[in-house]
Amino acid sequence: MSDLSGSEYDVAVVGGGLVGSATAWGLARLGQKVALLDEGDVAVRPSRGNFALVWVQGKGLGMPEYAGWTKRSADGWTEFAALLRDQTGIDVAYDRPGGFFPALSEAELEARAQQLQRLHNQPGVVRYDYEILDRAALRQELPFIGPDVAGASYCPLDGHCNSLRLLRALHAGLQHSGVAYRPNRRVERIEARDGGFRLATGGGEVGAGKVVLAAGHDNIRLAPMVGLDAPVRPERGHIIVTEKTIPFLRHPVGFIRQTDEGGVMIGDSFEDAGLDVGVRVGVVSTIAERAVRIFPLLGPLNVVRTWAAQRVMSRDGFPIYEQSATAPGAFLATCHSGVTLAANHALALAPHIAAGRLPQEFDVFSARRFHVPEAA
Amino acid sequence: MFQRLPNAAAERVPFTIDGRPAEAQAGDSVAAALLANGVQTCRATPVSGAPRAPYCMMGVCFDCLVTIDGVGNRQGCQVRLEPGMRVETQDGKREIGL
Amino acid sequence: MSATKDQYDLAVIGAGPAGLAAATLAAQRGLSTVLLDEQEAPGGQIYRAITRTPLRNPGVLGPDYWHGAELTGPFRDSGADHLPGTTVWSVSRDLEIGLSRQGAARILPVKHVILATGALERPFPIPGWTLPGVMGAGAAQILLKASGLVAQGNVVLAGSGPLLWLLAWQYLRAGARIDAILDTTPRENWRAALPQLGAFLRSDYVGKGVRLLFEVRRKVKVYSGVSELKALGDGRVQMVSFRQGDGEEWRLPADTLLLHQGVIPNINLANAIGCAQTWDETQRCWTPQVDAWGATTVPGVAVAGDGAGIGGALAAEHRGRLAALDALLRLGRIDRVERDRSAAPHRDALERAQQGRDFLDTLYSPAKPFRVPPDDTIVCRCEEVTAGQVREAVALGCSGPNQTKSFLRCGMGPCQGRLCGPTVTEVIAEARGVSPAEVGYYRLRPPVKPITLAELASLPKSEADVAAVLGRH
Repeated sequence: MSDLSGSEYDVAVVGGGLVGSATAWGLARLGQKVALLDEGDVAVRPSRGNFALVWVQGKGLGMPEYAGWTKRSADGWTEFAALLRDQTGIDVAYDRPGGFFPALSEAELEARAQQLQRLHNQPGVVRYDYEILDRAALRQELPFIGPDVAGASYCPLDGHCNSLRLLRALHAGLQHSGVAYRPNRRVERIEARDGGFRLATGGGEVGAGKVVLAAGHDNIRLAPMVGLDAPVRPERGHIIVTEKTIPFLRHPVGFIRQTDEGGVMIGDSFEDAGLDVGVRVGVVSTIAERAVRIFPLLGPLNVVRTWAAQRVMSRDGFPIYEQSATAPGAFLATCHSGVTLAANHALALAPHIAAGRLPQEFDVFSARRFHVPEAA
Repeated sequence: MFQRLPNAAAERVPFTIDGRPAEAQAGDSVAAALLANGVQTCRATPVSGAPRAPYCMMGVCFDCLVTIDGVGNRQGCQVRLEPGMRVETQDGKREIGL
Repeated sequence: MSATKDQYDLAVIGAGPAGLAAATLAAQRGLSTVLLDEQEAPGGQIYRAITRTPLRNPGVLGPDYWHGAELTGPFRDSGADHLPGTTVWSVSRDLEIGLSRQGAARILPVKHVILATGALERPFPIPGWTLPGVMGAGAAQILLKASGLVAQGNVVLAGSGPLLWLLAWQYLRAGARIDAILDTTPRENWRAALPQLGAFLRSDYVGKGVRLLFEVRRKVKVYSGVSELKALGDGRVQMVSFRQGDGEEWRLPADTLLLHQGVIPNINLANAIGCAQTWDETQRCWTPQVDAWGATTVPGVAVAGDGAGIGGALAAEHRGRLAALDALLRLGRIDRVERDRSAAPHRDALERAQQGRDFLDTLYSPAKPFRVPPDDTIVCRCEEVTAGQVREAVALGCSGPNQTKSFLRCGMGPCQGRLCGPTVTEVIAEARGVSPAEVGYYRLRPPVKPITLAELASLPKSEADVAAVLGRH
């Protein structure tokens, strides 16, 4: 169990979920010698419970730069998926047919329209097309909607993938490019020493020139070890999945999507529940009821599984990317959109980490934005 | 390829298999009724299209999935045969009422 | 006998020997009790169709089967409500039972739960085991009991364990033909089981077991020491191939291949509730962690019978009664002294019923190649994942079944791991060179059996439930 002892790496990435895996994959692509330290089979793993959207619309109200960062990643996804396929032979089923976000009342539709307008009215926000469709227009696109559906917003940039296969493809790619993936290595301690870092794990110590904290909720514990701060909290979301069904829905529809394998995923709900991933029947029932109102033909499908997972949420819901001022070479990356942003983490963030420095455009994502003293 | 023991008498129950008339006995599950009628395959899997037939007969393996009275993916071994039931073998993924 | 009450003191889940005995005793002693069962008639799998089998000749199934009638009569008169044809798909930590009956789901609150979910046949992954015509021996036995159906044509039984021989004996009694029995019991098991032989010889098993074995061996060709078993055929099984030890390959025609290598606890519901479970190295299966009364690590939830570790039908009865007495204590109906006093005869009977069990567990411990199959063998029947793919995922760094599940969909199908779970644990353990206990098992979630989205949507919702969803819309 001491196979890490004495090992030296350019970068140690802490966290084997989607953020850590994509970042490590991107670093390895640039020739960095990377160790990826992960926990074991049973751990807090939002990346195993996510909804697999590559989603743009509606994101960035309150931080226009996040809208741009999101769009950039979604635009990069085609190349990212192709790179993964070429390297590993695994097709992560990325498809970008455009996404709908449904409303079950005129009031919901109006609120959605206003929200999107406010987002797009922000100074300096990236420009992209979206539409508000009334019921008649939506029926042209989605003939199966139920009578309660008032309309939807639509954005052609939205898509989805097979996120479990994405995780596997990243790991296959990591193996392919020689990354030392080490499960069951919870990081206990990180010390900045001799211009690098020593990470103590249950399975030995590892040394690296740089360290990337991508440990999701565990970043709260790890960040202060290298002079960083990760003000994130868990937000529980429930997901329902049905049996494999013949293809009927190519578009992701907000919280309803059909996977390439045929199952219909339905995911919604936002709860403060600590790290409890227990399923609440009343919550999944509420989700199911809304889904059946949107697509009544889903009613007879068998539900084969439900689960809950914890989004990694910052206070404002936007990502945190940060470099340590006191321990140069230590970085932190956290977000709740590990799928959408995977292309950026692999292709845009990793090069900066490899170079040892986040450029100024990342300042807006710094956790310093939370350090403004609150008005008395 | 199952046969009824001569002393296993019970009321006869008419039903259909893929539209063809068939007969089994009161007390049979749908899966048992299919086997008694020489049905060798009840579905093709949604993953590879491989043929499957009842395996466990006690509701745990989900290999005996069939369409019963228009409702797909029902566990044939867990549904009691009723007179007039329309039982259909399946091909691949669950159909949905489009 | 349908449940009209909105709540009960006690819900017993499963109407096999443990569930029938538990519900009977609890209701007799005043608990409002409901017995929820997936089957249309009581008996579980061991006494399947005991009240309605079409077989008119009692000799076919043997006296052990007909003992089940001694449980159903008292249950009928006990005052317990019986909900047959009912699927339990969830039990919450608050002991709210999610059930589905005749296409409608509801939530039933209770104060105590006894899971009597019994056993299922241990997965027997061999090449070709997904072919039509290959079934569990237990499945064939259910067809015999419930419908009076026996396999015809070339019938081959393969595997190990008492049920395999019992089925053969029942088939012969019924006048059915068996071409061959392929006995996969490893020869070295006899040596390992020897120390427990004494207890076995003093047990009730020995007389009838040995008689039955000799009767079958006299009438059926038995191949012993069978290895490399395969089911072959195009579209359905047509042939079995195998070796005896290191000998040459044999091939036999087979229209039906009936597989069996023992039974394991059906733990899905207990696991989904969150009951801690442990790896049983002797029985090579996962078992909910229970105390001497069947109480699990989740307050208010007990497991009785084979669902808490394989002990057989007679033991299950007594374990059901012990769990019911403990429920009476926990619900304040009796005190500890009364529980222990009432339990004494059942404890004695349980001890007798379990005598000789260790010998059988050791003797019939399945051979490793049938627990940890070669690369090309399908382990997950639902998602059609092979042992080789699981090993590849381990090479990528997956250290347990929840990771291989997300990488491969292995265990994600409708059976929720029932037919692959133990195999996947053992394949990973072997690949990593660690114990199955260290590898762990799937973390299961409701529904443990499918319900429709419409059923799920129809359930009651609290304000907090709705707010959790609509808060952001």
